[in-house]
Amino acid sequence: MAVRTEEMLLNVGPQHPSTHGVFRLVVKVDGERITEAIPVVGYLHRGTEKLAEDLTYTQIIPYTDRLDYLSSMTNNYALVQAVETLMDLEIPERAEYLRVLAMELNRVASHLVWWGTNLLDLGAISPFLFAFRDREFIVNMLNELSGARLTFNYMRVGGVKWDAPEGWIKKVEEFVPYMREKLKDYHTLVTGNEIFLARVKNLAIYDDKEAIAYGMTGPVLRGSNVKFDVRKNQPYSIYDRFEFDIPVGETGDVYDRYMVRMNEMEQSLRIIEQAVAQFPEEGEIIAKVPKVIRPPEGEVYTRMESSKGELGVHLVSKKKDKPYRLKLRRPSFVNLQLLPKLLVGRTMADIPAVLGAIDIVLGEVDA
Amino acid sequence: MAELLSQPFSWLNLIIMVSAGVVVLGVVLVFVMYAIYFERKVIGWMQLRNGPNRVGPWGLFQTVADVLKLMIKEDIVPAKADRFLFLIAPIIAYTPAFAIIAVIPFSENVFFADVNVGILYYGALSSISITGILLGGWASNNKYAIMGGMRSVAQMVSYEVPLIMSFLGVVLLTGSLNMKDIVAAQQDGMWFIIPQFLGFVIFLIAGNAELNRTPFDLPEAENELVAGYFVEYSGFRFAFFMLSEYVYIFALSSVMTVMFLGGWDAPFGLTFIPGGVWFALKFLLLVFYLFWARATFPRVKTQQLMGFAWKVLIPLALFNVMITALFKTISQAG
Repeated sequence: MAVRTEEMLLNVGPQHPSTHGVFRLVVKVDGERITEAIPVVGYLHRGTEKLAEDLTYTQIIPYTDRLDYLSSMTNNYALVQAVETLMDLEIPERAEYLRVLAMELNRVASHLVWWGTNLLDLGAISPFLFAFRDREFIVNMLNELSGARLTFNYMRVGGVKWDAPEGWIKKVEEFVPYMREKLKDYHTLVTGNEIFLARVKNLAIYDDKEAIAYGMTGPVLRGSNVKFDVRKNQPYSIYDRFEFDIPVGETGDVYDRYMVRMNEMEQSLRIIEQAVAQFPEEGEIIAKVPKVIRPPEGEVYTRMESSKGELGVHLVSKKKDKPYRLKLRRPSFVNLQLLPKLLVGRTMADIPAVLGAIDIVLGEVDA
Repeated sequence: MAELLSQPFSWLNLIIMVSAGVVVLGVVLVFVMYAIYFERKVIGWMQLRNGPNRVGPWGLFQTVADVLKLMIKEDIVPAKADRFLFLIAPIIAYTPAFAIIAVIPFSENVFFADVNVGILYYGALSSISITGILLGGWASNNKYAIMGGMRSVAQMVSYEVPLIMSFLGVVLLTGSLNMKDIVAAQQDGMWFIIPQFLGFVIFLIAGNAELNRTPFDLPEAENELVAGYFVEYSGFRFAFFMLSEYVYIFALSSVMTVMFLGGWDAPFGLTFIPGGVWFALKFLLLVFYLFWARATFPRVKTQQLMGFAWKVLIPLALFNVMITALFKTISQAG
């Protein structure tokens, strides 16, 4: 007698320990094998884009903090960059350096959280705590800079809100060798681990064509051997002054995405090192900006490399103090689109590994 | 204790036996509570944390408080669960774990039953627990729990084979299944960890998998299955599942100590330290290893786990048995 089997519909999330927030995945499983996966997003939708139409430009900045809340600094920059481009503002040197330092520190912090949580998804519990120990240094430094630990609200149109306190640059300088040392430890603890390699090698492969066709950006794109980084390909701020490489992967599996992010942290440290060396002794931290910001009538799309990928802002201004329309290109949301395809044919155990390697933040996916 | 069993039945004997059982249960419960405390402290230190430190001095009463809390919690039975099976599953999982302790000799004089087939008894009883886990997963009527139960059965059935085969080397060397005889054999010669190193490693890995602990904790993989087979359990029934896991740690580490580390045998002629202390030290070393592994390794996948058991561990265990038998034959012939 043949045993009758049937597929099981399983709801993963929105309350599930490894969906990184309120992400829901409806999977059809045949035993452990996934035959279909449908992501359901929108549980954290707050209508940021619509809200922005009723807010002045300075008031929007705290809302951007809450998109990708793990790298608020880069989100801040994405918005002010668009407004500044529209107004054609000249940004003071010191402000530019402070911005780059804050953004790169934040990128390292964001990647650290990814590293910890991704390993936690694979069942290793200790890396999470190591990552948070080191992230704490960054968070404290950014706290000294902005007065907040997570939602920094630090940048303003034309510059930054606060100058670096005394001794801050020294702290950043000392952090770089410390973090390099710790990254080595991370590699010893995790990267060479046989179980880890068995879990992530040749998992969820997609090639460069597919990644580009799905509009992927950031580490998930570079993992598939596409050398594209907005910081290099279309330098914004003062990124053209620094020397750094774009790490890329070869096969486009989860392991490559892992290595890309690990190497990116090292590159960020390189940028921080150079920025500290070039940091101007004194100078203005904010340009002369009118009290009420009214960008000239027009439309602009600016982009930048956040820790998740290309974060774009499409801004339409009608010469009012509030935007006519604000559209955010959120990399987490775009990168997520390939997930159903990657999961089909894999097992339940691969869900957190594949999802973790995409590195989504639900605040950004749902906006 | 053993001679009591052969005496004719009397109420006094029954009382003695029951009270001995209660004493063991008490010892086991205290061990489990402090094993959890030890685990949390060790892993805490490895992860730059303090571990429990609020309840009592150095947090010593934390786990006591946790157990008390579990005891007084509501015992929830899901409406759609298979009520009867749901209720007895934790008991089926726990009882064999507890029964194993009867055959373990903790020192020359402290043991409960001197069974001639001690090791076989261990292997046989430890497979019964699987039934409890599968029933728990099935009766919960929860999709995550069923998957956890499924994984658990697949894993335990596969790893039982290399586990028992890794015994065989020791059994061949000793010529006995009795745990006391095995220790005695090691007291005369060397500890079996040296001639049976391969067997020791296989036992360690397979035992780790039997225990469902990291890196083989797939049945309760938090990040995939939330909690696996006991996801619907609460209160003291949940406590029973936890209890059986830790009692297995107790049992497995004890069996390993007896089989490979010489039991209560004192190394380097340090016989003035009582055998019980040596046993405890060796035993704690193995327990520590399990906690250490938990703080270090990621989790393997089901296919990798099964592949490893059937393609690597079983051939290795067979090879070990063959080599041991060969040497034994040659040494007897010569």
